[in-house]
Amino acid sequence: MIKLFSLKQQKKEGESGNQQKSTRTAAQLRITKDINELNLPRTCTTNFPDPNDLLNFKMIICPDEGYYRGGRFVFNFKVGPNYPHEPPKVKCETKVYHPNIDLEGNVCLNILREDWKPVLTINSIVYGLQYLFLEPNAEDPLNKEAADVLQNNRRLFEHNVTKAMRGAYIGDVYFDRCLNSN
Amino acid sequence: MVETDLSKKWNYLRKILERSGPFDTEAFTPSSDTLDFLHNTCKILVIGAGGLGCELLKDLAMMGFKNIDVIDMDTIELSNLNRQFLFRRKDIGKSKAETAAEFINKRIPGTKVTPHFCKIQDYDESFYRQFHIVVSGLDSIVARRWINGMLISLVRLEEDGTVDQSSVIPMIDGGTEGFKGNARVIFPTLNACIDCNLDLFPPQISYPLCTIANTPRLPEHCIEYVKIIQWDKENPFKCALDGDDPEHVSWVYEKAQERANIYNITGLSYRLVQGVLKNIIPAVSSTNAVIAAVCATEVFKIATSCYEALNNYFVFNDIDGIYTYKFEAEKNPKCLACSTVPRMISINNPSSMTLQDLIDYLCTNVEFQMKSPGITTMINGKNKTLYMSTVKSIEEQTRSNLTLSLHELNLSDGQELIIADATNPNSIVVKLKFTDNEVEMY
Ligand SMILES: [Zn+2]
Repeated sequence: MIKLFSLKQQKKEGESGNQQKSTRTAAQLRITKDINELNLPRTCTTNFPDPNDLLNFKMIICPDEGYYRGGRFVFNFKVGPNYPHEPPKVKCETKVYHPNIDLEGNVCLNILREDWKPVLTINSIVYGLQYLFLEPNAEDPLNKEAADVLQNNRRLFEHNVTKAMRGAYIGDVYFDRCLNSN
Repeated sequence: MVETDLSKKWNYLRKILERSGPFDTEAFTPSSDTLDFLHNTCKILVIGAGGLGCELLKDLAMMGFKNIDVIDMDTIELSNLNRQFLFRRKDIGKSKAETAAEFINKRIPGTKVTPHFCKIQDYDESFYRQFHIVVSGLDSIVARRWINGMLISLVRLEEDGTVDQSSVIPMIDGGTEGFKGNARVIFPTLNACIDCNLDLFPPQISYPLCTIANTPRLPEHCIEYVKIIQWDKENPFKCALDGDDPEHVSWVYEKAQERANIYNITGLSYRLVQGVLKNIIPAVSSTNAVIAAVCATEVFKIATSCYEALNNYFVFNDIDGIYTYKFEAEKNPKCLACSTVPRMISINNPSSMTLQDLIDYLCTNVEFQMKSPGITTMINGKNKTLYMSTVKSIEEQTRSNLTLSLHELNLSDGQELIIADATNPNSIVVKLKFTDNEVEMY
């Protein structure tokens, strides 16, 4: 046990010294590790508008197979001070016709909410997002119309996705063009 | 100085502090100096002036601690008055810290409670370093982790790498939740810290987004829906949702009620909305009293060495009879907050050594042998990425740092760098020590 009384009787004044501001927040330690060790599939790239701010960045996913092949989808990542105890906030900035992503960009991915665990990393989320594009899931709908179409008429769903990515109305919602043209 | 006050007010403390007894610790010597230390030297910081904070201030002041600071950003609300007994109806709307300090100073003459009406994050190391012991009665994990991290960052190492014990500021943390409570003693870096056992905190309840959006069954689902989806969509007040703003709460209540009606969900109330938005759990005043008493006793034990401190985690529950238990929470060797003891690197030529030289050193030195280290630091309170080769957009923007000297990068003596590398499961912290001969050269 610490001998506070004997150690500190006369302390505390004149105890300035050349202390440096600490850099050690758990979130910064962990995000430095996560970002340095990002191991992205070739369909994903990152964009850090401010390289000094590792807590806010964009993840761009360009699926090369599945319904969303040829599209380009931008996700905004916001890592909070409680990371990795709490998951980052992830929103899709590209308007997408997808059963698990609503028109405001909210994403229904279990590890972003109820199944998040601190051992998961930014990489785990990227793989989760990539999977959403390969296997859209009509069981957990956020966009109910899209989910119904996927459930009942896969051909029509495929058609709608392709049309939306070119820029078009699906029902009364307009989707901006988001083709990965290069 | 022995207390000159002739009153017998502190006689009960003298019986413990001026006589030896069977439970003394090795560090304890019976003496009148100890009471004098409590009265005149020992500085205690109480974090939070709510349910626990009111109890703590009363307990500590009556135990002879005369120099107490209290910090709380909240103001007094009507619903506080049943248990936060330092406040009266006329105080509604005033600062909790200021009102509590004024009450204690008047009621217990000789006590000097200094209030701080702000967030804990508003102060830096120089503020926290002045205290001997910190005792917290907080309702948020984020705030707990913040002060935990702050106290860890104040720990200094001796030349031989061992902890300088005089830099360790003990933290006594109390928490209550209805009829349940806990108290723990943390010696930063020496035993388990808040982050070591984050799993001891109940996980925040969160519902699957698709349930909230499509198949709500509980009134909580409706509130979460409005909070997560509808607020952003309609943005009624052109700002972020604030659970303390009655207008915001009313708006959420109204919208959640509309949604509950559609799905035939009952049980929604204004209080529930408040509870979900702020994660409020009903407070029981007797639990606060018990936990605060345990915390204050630990403060006394540590400050005087008259008895071994709690080792280190105490739980209390009086839902059904009374249950208490004590166990030793274990330090987690992988804890990001307290196990990252900085390693020293001596630099004798910071004005000519470049960042590239430093990276080469990290890759070739036998102690490190890194592959492609990513390095960040903090300069003037702002994060700075010095270099990271693995991410293209960062690499491009930080490449020019490689040829700059450590001085040109504004790194100074004692600077801490966070370094991540594939060879290590966690980031490590390195402290740069600029050696003396360099200073003389200037
Ligand atoms: Zn720890």
